Amino acid sequence: MAKRVGVEVSIAIAEAVKLAQAEIIAAYPITPQTHIVEHLSEIVADGELDAEFIPVESEHAALSTCCGSVAAGARTYTATSSQGLMLMSEVLYVASGMRLPIVMTVANRALSAPISIWNDHQDIMSQRDCGWIQTFAENGQEAVDLTIHAFKVAEDKKVSLPMIVNIDGFTLSHVIEPIELPDQEDVDRYLPPFRPKYRLDPKRPISMGPVGIPEVYTESRMAHDQAIKNAKRWIIKAWDEFEEIFGRRYNPIEQYMAEDAEILLVTMGSISETAMTAVDKMRDDGKKVGLLRIRLWRPFPSIEFRKAAKGAKALAVVDRTLPPGAASGPVASELRNVFYKVPGAPKTFGFIAGLGGRDVTVERFEEIVDKAEFYSKKRPKELYEVIGVREK
Amino acid sequence: MAVVQDAIIGWKTITHGCHVLEAGSTRHFRTGDWRSIRPVTDNEKCIKCGMCYIFCPEMCYEQDDDGYFVANLDYCKGCGICANECPKNAITMVPEEED
Repeated sequence: MAKRVGVEVSIAIAEAVKLAQAEIIAAYPITPQTHIVEHLSEIVADGELDAEFIPVESEHAALSTCCGSVAAGARTYTATSSQGLMLMSEVLYVASGMRLPIVMTVANRALSAPISIWNDHQDIMSQRDCGWIQTFAENGQEAVDLTIHAFKVAEDKKVSLPMIVNIDGFTLSHVIEPIELPDQEDVDRYLPPFRPKYRLDPKRPISMGPVGIPEVYTESRMAHDQAIKNAKRWIIKAWDEFEEIFGRRYNPIEQYMAEDAEILLVTMGSISETAMTAVDKMRDDGKKVGLLRIRLWRPFPSIEFRKAAKGAKALAVVDRTLPPGAASGPVASELRNVFYKVPGAPKTFGFIAGLGGRDVTVERFEEIVDKAEFYSKKRPKELYEVIGVREK
Repeated sequence: MAVVQDAIIGWKTITHGCHVLEAGSTRHFRTGDWRSIRPVTDNEKCIKCGMCYIFCPEMCYEQDDDGYFVANLDYCKGCGICANECPKNAITMVPEEED
């Protein structure tokens, strides 16, 4: 029987990687991700996990090493955050374009300048289009479950794409939570051995990462786009199987009090838990408010959103990044596209909150819902609004 | 025959991750097809010394049955080193658009 233990989420993620029997871990420490790989290096050094831990000289090298090891057929894991993800940027696109199923945890953190080690989603949103499958965890249990799920999906021959599990820096990574760590037996039942479609093998030489001349580049990008879109059904299937074995259910979008809601908050990551508390409070006050939490960010669950938001008047979308000069935050932009010219679609209002570690409280969610209600009657001047920003 | 270069590959048939699944497939590439000038040897002047063969960075010169050196235009990039090195000035670089 799986044990429920009080454990720091980072340590629990490392234990999940151990349960998944990763064979190569190449990583470079960066706050707030460090505890994950630090614990993994201990697990490997103590002989608890039969893996190579490769301490590299940078994040660029970390992900490059991962590309090599997964191409050679080893189950491969890494983790990073913020500036480290920036340094990986070039290789992120290489890994996905070459269809190399690396699993990575990103402990989401703001970007410099000014320097901030605290949580928001600027790092991952800057890599939004890197072609990796991306999920977001709301709490420690999900961080563990989604890590195990990520290996299953990424390495599936029908998918064969790298996968990022996003966890909020500090609010998840450094918090001690009661977490049920699955049994090895169950994880082994869930996760088959890694058998890649193609691998680097001197006996059967192939080339990975050749030049894509103009005659094939468009086709290769299209194939990548279709691969990640098609991956959705296998992502969901892997969640179905997860439920059968571990008893916990995950969906591309999680709904909370959404059925009869007029205003739907849309959140991603750990603030979703605060948002649920806020929804409870507003429901007590008689407001028809609900919540949609994005679990699967790439591929974007467009059809699921159209179904989940049916009947709602307005979507109050919370973005945790402020892209300078953009029309609006990335999540709000995505949803405006999804609902563009859909008959009876809710109006989408964009709110930017929780930058660089600023808390998004229950009161802030109430403020956001009030504003969305007001704007659904009186059109706002701007396409987005920054919540809780001081003017003077 | 330039198998890879001439193939029309759609997104449904392109290889997984754009991998090249055949070892040594670059032999199919005609690397000289973007040449703008080509070497033309005047056999009257040629003394069959083979300097063009030695200096050619693409190693595209071959000796024919009569002992003359002939550039394989599938691989010649038109750099003109052969013409420059020829001790008898037997090689002229001719623009591709001219016969």
